[in-house]
Amino acid sequence: MAGGFVSRLKTSLSKTRQKLLAPLEEAVLFHKKISPEFYEELEEILIMADVGYPTTALLLERLKERVKQEKVDQTGKVKAYLREIMIDLLTVPVPTGLEAEEPLALLVVGVNGVGKTTSIAKLTEYYKQQGKSCLLVAGDTFRAAAIDQLAIWSERLGVTLIRHQAGADPGAVAFDGITAANARKIDVAIFDTAGRLHTKVNLMSELQKIKRVVNQNSGGRKLLTLLVLDATTGQNALSQVRTFHEAVGVDGIILTKLDGTARGGVVLAITAELGLPLLWLGVGEKVDDLKRFDPEEFVTSLFASED
Amino acid sequence: MVLSSLSEKLQETLRRLRSKGKLSEKDVEEALRQVKLALLEADVNFRVVKSFTDRVKARAVGQEVLNSLTPGQMVVKIVHQELTKLMGEQAEKLAVGDRTPYVYLLVGLQGAGKTTTVGKLGGLLKKQGRRPLLVAADVYRPAAAKQLQVLGEQLELPVYTGTEADPVAIARQAVARAEQTQRDVVLIDTAGRLHIDEELMAELAAIKQAVSPVEILLVVDAMTGQDAVTVAQGFHEKLGLTGLILTKLDSDTRGGAALSIREVTGCPIKLVGMGEKLDELEVFHPDRLASRILGMGDVLTLIEKAEASIQAEQAKNLMQKIQKDQFTLDDFLEQMRQVQKMGPLDQLFAMLPGMKPKHLQGLEFDEKSFKHLTAIIQSMTPEERRNPQIINASRRKRIARGSGRPVQEVNRLLNQFEQSKKMMKQLGKLGKGGLPRLPFM
Repeated sequence: MAGGFVSRLKTSLSKTRQKLLAPLEEAVLFHKKISPEFYEELEEILIMADVGYPTTALLLERLKERVKQEKVDQTGKVKAYLREIMIDLLTVPVPTGLEAEEPLALLVVGVNGVGKTTSIAKLTEYYKQQGKSCLLVAGDTFRAAAIDQLAIWSERLGVTLIRHQAGADPGAVAFDGITAANARKIDVAIFDTAGRLHTKVNLMSELQKIKRVVNQNSGGRKLLTLLVLDATTGQNALSQVRTFHEAVGVDGIILTKLDGTARGGVVLAITAELGLPLLWLGVGEKVDDLKRFDPEEFVTSLFASED
Repeated sequence: MVLSSLSEKLQETLRRLRSKGKLSEKDVEEALRQVKLALLEADVNFRVVKSFTDRVKARAVGQEVLNSLTPGQMVVKIVHQELTKLMGEQAEKLAVGDRTPYVYLLVGLQGAGKTTTVGKLGGLLKKQGRRPLLVAADVYRPAAAKQLQVLGEQLELPVYTGTEADPVAIARQAVARAEQTQRDVVLIDTAGRLHIDEELMAELAAIKQAVSPVEILLVVDAMTGQDAVTVAQGFHEKLGLTGLILTKLDSDTRGGAALSIREVTGCPIKLVGMGEKLDELEVFHPDRLASRILGMGDVLTLIEKAEASIQAEQAKNLMQKIQKDQFTLDDFLEQMRQVQKMGPLDQLFAMLPGMKPKHLQGLEFDEKSFKHLTAIIQSMTPEERRNPQIINASRRKRIARGSGRPVQEVNRLLNQFEQSKKMMKQLGKLGKGGLPRLPFM
């Protein structure tokens, strides 16, 4: 089962691997000796993987340091160094309580269309598999039929849904949700929220209010805010993370749609610049296609040779 | 933080390029290296960036540098022109079928905003006097059909959801329904899918076969990264796209994906989504997006303004006048007009390289007071403008009445004028042959 998942992750990341690795191998083979041109090519390869300019510069700076330290002049070693540097970059502290040892509340936020509702379904499935009781809160009262979408999921998954009418105050839904979760001694309460562009100030304040409501009525329940990011997103992902983090405080990130041809590059930029941990990866359309993020595994699958 | 450091770096490079005459290969290459980074930061695909900058280089080397520009600015100017050309010079309209009902098919990845866009497009067409039928052919995502129904209710447009679980059948039936109910355009919403999902792509091809749409529109999230090219190519190869709709452009994305897609598919961008409200779907303006992608709005505006405004000849005359102490209120007015042509002053100054916000503090550049000053000067006789010394108390009162401003303001203007004359004389001595100075600094 576990092996099956790794191979699935490998397959879903193989596109990533091709994009990042094929040109890297090429560059290594072509240049042989480390030179400014080689670095320039590396820079381009990383940027093409959505790593972004500043993080690419950072990675290269560290790589150059390492190369100097080890007194290497062949490009062959670079792959191993880069791997270590990336793992190091991606290793940041993960918030405690994520396994719901104690009662847990998850506030799921993000811009429109990143896959919040689907991720919530997958999270529910995960916690259910761990033997935890779950409750969903339909906090997206804005988008047409968003409540229905979550209702269908809650039926499929056999968990309770707390909902109001469309257009209702999401703060009120959140209040009912947290109260119900505490009264029923639910292990994990998951709050859906409406997708909102991080540039809409009033919608970001609405989110602050929702979080405040949950916090003030948490009854000691641990609250974690998870930001959902679409892996297809380019450099704007950074702006999204930054703004959501400033507004409500983000504890970790769920990266979705890794089953496409999207690369993992954006992940490096996010952890490097903002130090926020990546917690989950969405790797498919099925309800169990959610994977806890592991830096070493992730980078290994990035760097694994084609087989 | 990231963006500003990049734009600073760019400006620095542009300043360094100082050679005169024709653009040398070295100038162009240095400036293009910065342009390349700017485009990559905007998520323009790397290969697209490369072929684009190669084209620009071929065009730019050897070009005469306009007098008012630095070589770096000249390169950016050419880049912008080429970028706009690439995006399509003007807005392209949606196709209209020879006979009704004709079909628009909307396709794209999950979460791009297809359903919302179908609703918005329906609203837009309705406003143009068309009678659209919305069709929910997304049978996979939970409550997708319901979502479209809700939008249809809000827009007072009929929505066809069908009874079958087969999107091809739904599409075919919807066209028949449109015929029966005299709807003239059919908008089909399809399920989000990955371009590498063979089965679902085949389904789209089958829908295309069944209803022969006049438009197959790819809905793309404007925040998409380097992958946009792969996605668009995937859809284009299997379906033959006719156009793009760019969504979520109301975010702070630079939107480079649009350029990549345009380059690899050749399809025009027809509409852009600018917000969550149902009327926030707009016609696409290539030049605006070109500036946004390049992310050098500041440099571009400055280039435009430098070209359009203050002419070198006039500036020379002005310097002479200042040095000979012949600067009159007419010149003062003329100067103000020149400056006003360049746009809001505080913005203008903010655009000057090296200008920091703190330099602008204490300088008041109020557009309204400009108008007042103009009115006051225009209420003076030509003689008074040439020779302000003759303006006595009764003349001041007349001018105040004529311009509708209080006498105090007339006094203040005359004082200011005397002061700036003195100041300019000093500056003129300092900057002989240099740049023309603005009278208000």
